[in-house]
Amino acid sequence: MPRSSWTQRLEPYLMLAPAGVWLFLLLILPTLMIFQISLVPDIKPGDLVNPSSLGNYLEIFDPIVLWIVARSIGLSIATTVLCLLLGFPVAYWIALLAPRRWQNLLLLAFVLPLWTSSLLRSYAWISILRPTGVLNTILSFLHLPTLDLMNQLPAVLIGMTYSLLPYMVLILYASLEKLDRRLLEAAADLGAKPLEAFLQVTVPQVLPGIAAGVLLVFINAIGDFVNPELLGGPSSMTAARLVYSKFLGASPDWGMGSALSALLIMFVTLSIVLLLKYGDKNARTL
Amino acid sequence: MPPTSPKLPKLQISWQAWFTGLMFSFMYLPILVLAFYSVNESAVSAQWTGFSLKWYARFFHDGRIQQALLDSLKVALGSVSIAAVFGTLMAVGLSRYRFLGRDLYQNAVYLPLIIPDISIAVATLVFLAAISMPLSMGTIVASHVVFCLSYVSLAVSTRINSLDRHLEEAAQDLGATPFQSFRLVLLPQLFPAIVSGCLLAFVCSMDDFLIASFTAGGGINTLPMEIYSRIRTNLTPDLNALSVLLILASAFAVLLAEFIRYRSEQKRAI
Repeated sequence: MPRSSWTQRLEPYLMLAPAGVWLFLLLILPTLMIFQISLVPDIKPGDLVNPSSLGNYLEIFDPIVLWIVARSIGLSIATTVLCLLLGFPVAYWIALLAPRRWQNLLLLAFVLPLWTSSLLRSYAWISILRPTGVLNTILSFLHLPTLDLMNQLPAVLIGMTYSLLPYMVLILYASLEKLDRRLLEAAADLGAKPLEAFLQVTVPQVLPGIAAGVLLVFINAIGDFVNPELLGGPSSMTAARLVYSKFLGASPDWGMGSALSALLIMFVTLSIVLLLKYGDKNARTL
Repeated sequence: MPPTSPKLPKLQISWQAWFTGLMFSFMYLPILVLAFYSVNESAVSAQWTGFSLKWYARFFHDGRIQQALLDSLKVALGSVSIAAVFGTLMAVGLSRYRFLGRDLYQNAVYLPLIIPDISIAVATLVFLAAISMPLSMGTIVASHVVFCLSYVSLAVSTRINSLDRHLEEAAQDLGATPFQSFRLVLLPQLFPAIVSGCLLAFVCSMDDFLIASFTAGGGINTLPMEIYSRIRTNLTPDLNALSVLLILASAFAVLLAEFIRYRSEQKRAI
């Protein structure tokens, strides 16, 4: 065969090197630099020679910053719980109860808003929630007391739940679709009430899917910048917003911003590792 | 007598169906609100004050927004084209070769989808400052390529795993060079996956606010950056028309990607 040995030897590099170098230079190396900078107090753009210390991380233990981190985590947990509670019945209905030929279309229609601009989704919620917005116009039309949700945590929670619900539904659907229906029938034949069958047959089968959905929503919620920034106002500062302001804000502090960003990355990675471990265990017991 | 049958079978609609309907309206409410405002005479009132297309007319005369749209399109086209080539090569390479660090390489591809955008944006800024690279449109493209690579290579990898490897071997047995068999046998089969990966990457690039605002030089203003500054300064009504047009465009892109994927699956089933 007319195949010279040097092209054969070169081929793997030609295929893998461009993307590999790109990912290394613009993803791996920068992330490692963030970890390095986070150990240098009083860093100025460009210099990397200061002595290392954990000073930047200690700044996070400032009560104000701790409070912001706690708010981020609380907000993310609340978003995740809401997405699970709202998303499960939707995924259940599409996967198990809806007419079979419509399932793909229904799922696609449900997640379609996910692909619209995240800024414009927040903007739409501003139009709905602001004092003279759609919600209050309807409420006053019905002679109900108006609500002032804008620039507060409830508005952020609504915006984040809206943005992340499609992720939850997608993952739960994938898991529910594979559900073994014969087990449900067997449970019913053996006299299980629908709720019992749901809790003892359905939920254990889709537990890996629930775990994956919860994790995906949680890590997206903790990193969300747009919703807290546009809907939350000054009172709902979150970790992601703090990182942003430490770099592009009025009083930059790259060291502390890097430390917070590094913590964010470690937190997210740790959650993924835990899920993989937990997921594996689950697969083994099945 | 009214022509209704008294013995209509009782339609049973489960509570899950009602709830799903409710959630569907939750998902589409914001979009309907934007559409409502975009054709409403008054920009501030939440009440109907009459039909008007003046916001659309204003959008088409808004030079700043058009410039921003153009910048965003350039960035998205540039980064998606680079990612299409490199991402496809990477996915094919990963499926062909076993080597030290292969798992590490494969996991690195997932990272942009896992690490929060804000962390990636900050890291890229620090890196560019450290090598004193002046910020420009090129730096936005370079940083967008990173997550576009993920979308393209994931779509292509999924497709490769479901392909028949014997076709390529057969082509080479029949005398095709490895390059010919790649171009004439493998590439046509991967094409739908490449296109759908690219469309998703394109939508994400057009939507990215954080990474662009950390890596944009002076004078570059992508569409999300322009939208952000308009929302920040005040609720300008120009956004309503723009948002409806953008939503239609991205819905079209996603449906197209989905349609291409669906068709290729149908073809395979036959």
